[in-house]
Amino acid sequence: MSFLEYAPAPESRSILNLRDDYGLFIDGEFREGSGRAFATISPADESHIATVAEASEADVDAAVAAARRAYDKVWSKMSGRERGKYLYRIARLVQERARELAVAESLDNGKPIKESRDVDVPLVAAWFFSYAGWADKLDYAGLGANPRAHGVAGQVIPWNFPLLMLAWKVAPALAAGNTVVLKPAETTPLSALIFAEILQQADLPAGVVNIVTGAGATGAAVVAHPDVNKVAFTGSTAVGRAIAKTVAGSGKTLTLELGGKAANIVFDDAPIEQAVEGIVNGIFFNQGHVCCAGSRLLVQESIHDEVMDRLKSRLSTLRLGDPLDKNTDIGAINSAEQLQRIRELSDIGEQEGAERWTADCAIPDRGFWFAPTIFTNVQTSHRIARDEVFGPVLSVLTFRTPAEAIEKANNTPYGLSAGIWTDKGSRILAVADRLRAGVVWANTFNKFDPTSPFGGYKESGYGREGGRQGLLAYLKGAA
Amino acid sequence: MSSTEIQRSEERALELLGGEPDDATLRRFLHGLPGVDAVGLEQRAASLGTRSIKTTSKAWALDKIISLIDLTTLEGADTPGKVRSLVAKALNPDAGDPSCPRVAAVCVYGDMVPAAIDALGAAHGDPDEGLVSVAAVATAFPSGRASLDIKLADTAEAVADGADEIDMVIDRGAFLAGRYHVVFEQIARVKQACRRADGTYASLKVILETGELNTYDNVKRASWLAILAGGDFIKTSTGKVSPAATLPVTLLMLEVVRDWHRLTGERIGVKPAGGIRTSKDAIKYLVTVAETVGEEWLQPHLFRFGASSLLNDVVRQRQKLATGHYAGADYVTID
Repeated sequence: MSFLEYAPAPESRSILNLRDDYGLFIDGEFREGSGRAFATISPADESHIATVAEASEADVDAAVAAARRAYDKVWSKMSGRERGKYLYRIARLVQERARELAVAESLDNGKPIKESRDVDVPLVAAWFFSYAGWADKLDYAGLGANPRAHGVAGQVIPWNFPLLMLAWKVAPALAAGNTVVLKPAETTPLSALIFAEILQQADLPAGVVNIVTGAGATGAAVVAHPDVNKVAFTGSTAVGRAIAKTVAGSGKTLTLELGGKAANIVFDDAPIEQAVEGIVNGIFFNQGHVCCAGSRLLVQESIHDEVMDRLKSRLSTLRLGDPLDKNTDIGAINSAEQLQRIRELSDIGEQEGAERWTADCAIPDRGFWFAPTIFTNVQTSHRIARDEVFGPVLSVLTFRTPAEAIEKANNTPYGLSAGIWTDKGSRILAVADRLRAGVVWANTFNKFDPTSPFGGYKESGYGREGGRQGLLAYLKGAA
Repeated sequence: MSSTEIQRSEERALELLGGEPDDATLRRFLHGLPGVDAVGLEQRAASLGTRSIKTTSKAWALDKIISLIDLTTLEGADTPGKVRSLVAKALNPDAGDPSCPRVAAVCVYGDMVPAAIDALGAAHGDPDEGLVSVAAVATAFPSGRASLDIKLADTAEAVADGADEIDMVIDRGAFLAGRYHVVFEQIARVKQACRRADGTYASLKVILETGELNTYDNVKRASWLAILAGGDFIKTSTGKVSPAATLPVTLLMLEVVRDWHRLTGERIGVKPAGGIRTSKDAIKYLVTVAETVGEEWLQPHLFRFGASSLLNDVVRQRQKLATGHYAGADYVTID
């Protein structure tokens, strides 16, 4: 027997206590939706998980009304210290139910349990803990004394980090004193619905957070609702653009966190072994379903071949398969639709003349899967060098000098993140200064922290999430 | 290894270095190696440590760990009686289960080599064939603070007494002072001293004492230096300095060994020693070996654990797989 074929080590699903049907979470209670209920499935085997209500415009109206009532009567009158208590309580409950949340997230999203267990859920708790501390210190947020909340925040989040994106949105909104109507993505509503149970457990006053499930139409209703004061969206640039149009002139404030095509720049003096790990983590973390993924590798021409050799042999050790197995490195693609897009763009890459290499790994019979793929000989004019694939596909380009690296890195309509790999500290600072990206990682990639602001330039959106800057998005100065 | 192989490896080292192994040439080579990012290395080691090894894989791993142990006693108070007791444990780690594999080697001070060989009797031999070999620490272990002549005599005597493997220490003082030639020369000369009367060589493990080298860049350079100078194995620690073996250091050394194999086709062994006390930790090392250099490294001539208390924890975990219970300490023999 081969030791490397580790015996299955599946995380047990018995910790989940799922219902067959989930309603909408409005005014502190689950209630039926008036839209057409839809199924959420496991992308790993296409099995049915639960039926979820769809919120119609009327349901969204009820949710916004509940949020408004809660804002007027309870939340805006409560002291920051009291609000903070609720946030701390939520953070602790997330920790207590961490394993359950991790299993639910992997089941519904397809991401490996080791990521939901070691990254997503711990960060969710960290986000609530961090913003809980801000709730009674808003006078020091930089807006002068007595800054005010906007009122009702309408938030629409994506499917790639369902619970983490919820935390990024809900934690600062509540700390700043807003109430919330949140719409999770239609393919990944499960963890948000378990989170609603946590809110009940935490005794959060009714209506402070409302969760309305559904697809694009539900999200559009949340964003367009006249009684929503602040809109926050994370997702595709196309939808973000539509939202910006809807919101324009309405007096609502808006933050958008959209797509990306990050350059991960590897200089010839990089710590090579760790750079290879960083490349892997940059693009294959969460199956590449990461808006800040390092999807464009810019590698100095003099070390291109060596880096590719090392990268390919490293990728050959990745394990693709059951997201609930604790040894899985690469999980399932979130939906058939996304898989289709990844396939299409990869085929275009080949047609455009890039060289395709795919890790040799067995693909399960059912579910949505895409093996880790690298394109070499990619030119800046190729679509796979310009379009966001949002999948486990890396485009490799080369450069000769730091100036060329910077020029190529910035030559994208996006500007969310970038990575720099070099042993030379002064080069890190010099290059980072000239990269037009909201987040620049040095000798690491895909690191997140609640105290660090995150957001983009250009078509990657505007506004920042995380840190004090993230708090400001939910506050306005005293009248 | 034969004399001609040794000669070949010396020539290759000179070729790679592009000149005589003087301080300047060695410095150019070692300092030209890509650096190591500490945060990234430790993160990678930690992620390898989260592999979940269950059921059949765990059973295989436990037996494999035992068969890779250099069961060690390195005390001033060692006696032939203590060594006999150690050998008995090496041959029969679980008194209640004859199916339990033997360890790879016993590791003792040079003067205890005859006692170890005597106690092993017919079981003395190549661990790749299920026998148990004798490793001797030499070269003024553990500090290495002695003249070269004394180090060579120390080595030659252990080899003449029948030691199969020599665990030497490098001169960390010389290494840290940038006198790479001194270190290179000592390793190469000790390798010569490993020559037996019949022209074959005892296997040479080079102890870097990574706890004294302090930085990962130093560990990487010392690993390359030891391999270039002719070491058959690179070993983390004496066990007398803290920290001894750690997973990131071992991962780094395995990466060097993998790169050397890519470059030359030659396989060098790795031995983490000291500080590995539980099966759970040892399994993390197996995973790290398998996922870094490949599973073929998991055999006695390419990977060892330098340990003493580890063996009993593995034996108890092994019993637990069979019985479902983790037995008390008195259900395994102390040595």
